[in-house]
Amino acid sequence: MSAAAARSLATARRVLEQLRHDPRTVALMIGVPCVLETLLRLVYAHHRASFDQAGAPLLAIFPLMTVFLITSIALLRERVSGTLERLLTTPLGRLELLGGYALAFGLLAAAQAVIASALTLGPLGLHVRGSSLLVVLLAVAVALLGMGLGLLASAFARSEFQVVQFLPATILPQLLLCGLLVARSRMPAALHAVSDLLPLSYAVDGMHHLTLQASASGARGDIAIVLAFAAGALILGAGTLRRRTE
Amino acid sequence: MGRTELGREPGARCAAVAARDVRVRRRGIEALRGLSFEIAAGGITGLFGPSGSGKSTLIRAIAGVQAAVVGELTVLGLPAGSPSLRHQLGYMTQAPSVYEDLTVEENLRYFAAICGARTDGLLERVGLLEQASQLVRRLSGGQRTRVSLAAALLGKPPLLLLDEPTVGLDPLLRRELWRLFRELADEGAALMISSHVLEEAGRCDDLLLLREGSLVAQLSPAQLTARAHTHDMDEAFVRLIEERR
Repeated sequence: MSAAAARSLATARRVLEQLRHDPRTVALMIGVPCVLETLLRLVYAHHRASFDQAGAPLLAIFPLMTVFLITSIALLRERVSGTLERLLTTPLGRLELLGGYALAFGLLAAAQAVIASALTLGPLGLHVRGSSLLVVLLAVAVALLGMGLGLLASAFARSEFQVVQFLPATILPQLLLCGLLVARSRMPAALHAVSDLLPLSYAVDGMHHLTLQASASGARGDIAIVLAFAAGALILGAGTLRRRTE
Repeated sequence: MGRTELGREPGARCAAVAARDVRVRRRGIEALRGLSFEIAAGGITGLFGPSGSGKSTLIRAIAGVQAAVVGELTVLGLPAGSPSLRHQLGYMTQAPSVYEDLTVEENLRYFAAICGARTDGLLERVGLLEQASQLVRRLSGGQRTRVSLAAALLGKPPLLLLDEPTVGLDPLLRRELWRLFRELADEGAALMISSHVLEEAGRCDDLLLLREGSLVAQLSPAQLTARAHTHDMDEAFVRLIEERR
């Protein structure tokens, strides 16, 4: 194993150890999606088709919010506490650091997706025509997107109060335009065009490909687009991890 | 790479740090105003001066994390901030920069892994053996400082930059830490230690006295007390500044 890979792995292990000391956060990250999906099922008790339509996209939205929040706060703490400054005086590279975070949060998102989709597709009876493995893969891709956006948010915030405000600022507009409330094809042309530029739209399209149309190739294409957005956000974010600061 | 192999002239030991007209401008204010000095590759150099005199800025410039550094700043024979220096520097920031939601042991294991170093005997050395499996969050201020110090010592770097390592600690602990610093210097490391407690100046081999971003003097503790005709370091510093006016 190369020294760089070893440093990334050590970072992933450290991030997971930090979470292990915080079981309440982990329990919330895993439990809240399950409770919300159950609640949605109860709300749509007499509208099975509506549950199929809204329940699946939610599976992609949870990892976006969860990973956005933990990344933005974790990286803000690294910046404020001085640990980032210390790390950048060691042989650890910026991409190695982000690789470690991506590995840890990707695993966490996968665990969240496996448990939430097992409940949603199983006992709650969400109807999925495509592969449930693709559901998990899509959730992990969305988690990496959440990490990239969270990393960017951490660069523009000076406090935890500020950083959490970036969640409604960056994610709620995407939520309104992603096709969850109104199908994107039925939106005004201008809004449809805007929604084409937003990554969450492709995550929701991907889920619809898996649940409504059973189009695995369509879903794979959407996963690739989400991953491309994630890579873009992570590369921009890596640029904000400055070695030399004022 | 050993320190002695880095000398530019054959046979000569090169300086751990060499500065020529080093300036840092921050938000329109000159934080460092043209510093020139050399620090020997070994021994303890104390960096003294009141708060806001530029001590941290200078240490950060040497560590390669300070933006907008102008002038010539050479560290172990290389320009400050060179990637290969990252294996040879131990840097302890002013606030204990360790993960407070990890145990002492987990912190050191992580920093050791990214430095490619071993943690053998380190906890004993900083007196934290009993706290190894405690979360840093639950430790006292002095204990946290020592976790941060232990992380800086990983891999036995030839140059240690310690920014106010003894601030706010009780006198007993301060004495213990200075004993450790002396041990490290005896083992061949160069230490640059900042402090605003002037009584600690007597424990250094060499002193850099800073005031408002300028170097007031570089001298040994004996020279300082001799020049100021007093053994009170505080008084000596004040007299030196007044003499300069």
